Amino acid sequence: MSGAVSWLPVALGGAAGACLRYTVDRAMQSRHESLFPWGTLTVNAAGSLLLGLVTGAVEAGAAGPGAAALLGTGLCGALTTYSTFSYETLRLAESGHRRAALANAAVTPPVALGAVWAGLELTRYLAG
Amino acid sequence: MSGGSGEGRGEGAGDGVIDPDVDLRVPAQRAETAGAHAVAVLAAVAAGGALGACARYALTLPWPAAPGGFPWAVLAVNAAGCALIGVLMALLEEHGGKGPGGARARHPLTRPFLGTGVLGGFTTFSVYALDAVRLLEEGAAGTALLYLGATPAAALGAVWAATAATRAAVAR
Repeated sequence: MSGAVSWLPVALGGAAGACLRYTVDRAMQSRHESLFPWGTLTVNAAGSLLLGLVTGAVEAGAAGPGAAALLGTGLCGALTTYSTFSYETLRLAESGHRRAALANAAVTPPVALGAVWAGLELTRYLAG
Repeated sequence: MSGGSGEGRGEGAGDGVIDPDVDLRVPAQRAETAGAHAVAVLAAVAAGGALGACARYALTLPWPAAPGGFPWAVLAVNAAGCALIGVLMALLEEHGGKGPGGARARHPLTRPFLGTGVLGGFTTFSVYALDAVRLLEEGAAGTALLYLGATPAAALGAVWAATAATRAAVAR
C-alpha cells in the first residue's frame, strides 16, 4: 500500500477516530463519577478489538488496503491513544491516587492485547 | 477527591484534572459542547486527529518492523507523543500569582485541537497491542515482552520528564 491515495483514508479515519474518542470519553464521564479513566480504557479496548477484526479481515482477504488504511491506521489508530493514557497515569499518581495510577498502568496493556487477540481470532474463526 | 472542590480553574490541568482529552470536572470543558461550540470543538478534534494520524503514518511507513523485529517506529511515535502531551498540558496549566497580563489567555480550542486531536491521533494503543500480539504469534516471545514493557516505560518516563521540565521552565 503506497502512493498518495492512502493518505485520504488515513486522514478521514483519524478525524473520525479522534471525534469518537472525545465523544465516548465525555459520555463515560457524564455517567460515572469515578476518577479512574474508564473512558480512555474503553476506547483503547474497543479500538484494539476493532483493529484485530480489521487485521483478521485483511489476512482473510475480506478487506483491502483501502479499508486497512481507513479503519486500521486511521480510525483505530486515532480512537486509541497512548498520550492520554500516560498523562492520566501521571496525573493520578501525582494527585495522590497511586493505586488508581498503578491499576491503570497494569490493566490497560493486557486488556488491549486481549482485545486485539480476540478480534484476530474471531475473524479467523469466521473465515474458517 | 470530589469535583468542584477547588476554586475556578483554567483550561489546563488544575488539581483535579486527570484526562487531557476532556475532563468534565473542569466547568469550561463541561460547557465546551454547548450549542454552536460543539461544532467548533468537534471540528478542531477532527482536524487534529487527521493531522496526527497522517503524521504517524508518515513516520511509521518508511520503517516497518521486520517479522519478529522490534517495532521501533511505533515506540518512537508513542514516546514522542507522550512527551509532547506533557509539554502541552504543563503550558496550559494555570499559574496563579502572575501580574496583570501575566496570565496568558489560551485559545479555547488549543487543547481539543493539539491534545485530543493531534497527539491523541498521533499516538496509538491499538497498533502497540497488535504489534505485540504479532510478535508473540511469530514466536519472538522475548522481543514481544521487551516491547510490551519498553513502551509503557518510555511513555510514562517521557510524560513525566516533559511535564516536569516544562513546569520548571514556565515557573522561571
